[in-house]
Amino acid sequence: MLSAIHHAQAAEINIAAASNFAGPIKMIIADFERKTGHRANLTLGASGRFYAQINHGAPFQVFLSADRLKPAALEASGMGLSRFTYAIGRLALWSANDTLIQGNSKILEKGAFRKIALASPKLAPYGKAAIDVLCALGLKEILSPKFVRGENIAQTYQFVATGNADLGFVSLSQITEKGKLRAGSVWMIPQELHSPIQQDAILLKSAMNNQAAIAFMHYLKSGSARDIIRDFGYLLPTEEE
Amino acid sequence: MGFSDADLAALWLTFRIASITTILLLIIGTPIALWLARTNSRWKGPIGAIVALPLVLPPTVLGFYLLIAMGPNGPIGQITTALGLGTLTFTFWGLVIASVLYSMPFVVQPIQNAIEALGERPLEVAATLRAGPWDSFFTVTLPLARPGFITAAILGFAHTVGEFGVVLMVGGNIPGVTRVISVQIYDHVETMAYSQAHWLSGTMVIFSFVVLTIVYTFNRDRKKSGAGYGL
Repeated sequence: MLSAIHHAQAAEINIAAASNFAGPIKMIIADFERKTGHRANLTLGASGRFYAQINHGAPFQVFLSADRLKPAALEASGMGLSRFTYAIGRLALWSANDTLIQGNSKILEKGAFRKIALASPKLAPYGKAAIDVLCALGLKEILSPKFVRGENIAQTYQFVATGNADLGFVSLSQITEKGKLRAGSVWMIPQELHSPIQQDAILLKSAMNNQAAIAFMHYLKSGSARDIIRDFGYLLPTEEE
Repeated sequence: MGFSDADLAALWLTFRIASITTILLLIIGTPIALWLARTNSRWKGPIGAIVALPLVLPPTVLGFYLLIAMGPNGPIGQITTALGLGTLTFTFWGLVIASVLYSMPFVVQPIQNAIEALGERPLEVAATLRAGPWDSFFTVTLPLARPGFITAAILGFAHTVGEFGVVLMVGGNIPGVTRVISVQIYDHVETMAYSQAHWLSGTMVIFSFVVLTIVYTFNRDRKKSGAGYGL
């Protein structure tokens, strides 16, 4: 009752976020709700799916994509109010097995595994980046019979975490906690090997009079949000320059 | 427009999985249906419930458990690895096993209903004529319950063709191996290749309509002849 009075000004927003951002966004929303009293409903999934859904009137006010293309396209078609880069993703080759990956690309060259998981390159920017890496190493053709594709990066992680795929390309944010690897073995992929995974957020037109949505975009740029994002292994735009 | 090569590969793959699943289900499902139709055991309820579970469970539940069970640390995965088969996730046979579980009620229940509708009488008569169990199955039960078997085969096939959630979770979207029609349609829609999605989706609608029309028409004719049973 008290909190209802306290939050008399509170509004509600629907946020669509790329699944690689699942870890940070949950903490960000919890912090945002605590600080502002607004309520945020979160939907996680593949950026490609959200893009299609938003184009067909899905009731989201904020979309955190895993790339720049989709928010830019939404803006170009007049569906956005504002847009900025909220994180730069890091791709990692990861295995649940502690000794399979020796911190480098050797395992890929040897090909001594049955299945390698990646996100669907058509749907997920992390999948596209994984293909970039394999092309750069000249291994795409040789390894493609071993591909299993997750619908998004969360499913890709799940294939590797359950051991069904020996290793896979995931987001660094999925396997680290406060900068430390949670389990298994990893190769932190140098960013030169793939096109940058710049992740843009867009405030959608349906947020026009939604105070909570506007407040959320501000919060996402704040120091506390940036700290959370950095903790999960992402880079931030200014740091890169 | 029309079908791309990838679409045709998905259609052919789906047809193969559904055919093999249907054959396996007729072999596995018939004894289960026979037992369920004839038994007075107190296990009839629980076994019937297990068979019917896929009707009410979300496919994601089955998909999740299969992913764990068929994985290298799961019970099925450890058996298949010990047998030198490797793990079954992301494989053709993994999808066949998933489909067998998933479509089981659609095969067992029509056969069970058809046999129950026969009653005890025909088999009692066969027994007095000294027919053995195999003999009476092939000369009495099978011919009399044939509509049930045909309905079971058609529904088992059609339901396997329509599977999506389980395949998405244990399939890994591999062209020609696990990328079935429903997954291909999903990919088309997500990448906004709507005209290709229309071709495949329209095909599915027509296919399903024809299949169900056959089943319902067939069963109605049977009822008129007095040997039918309700779907």
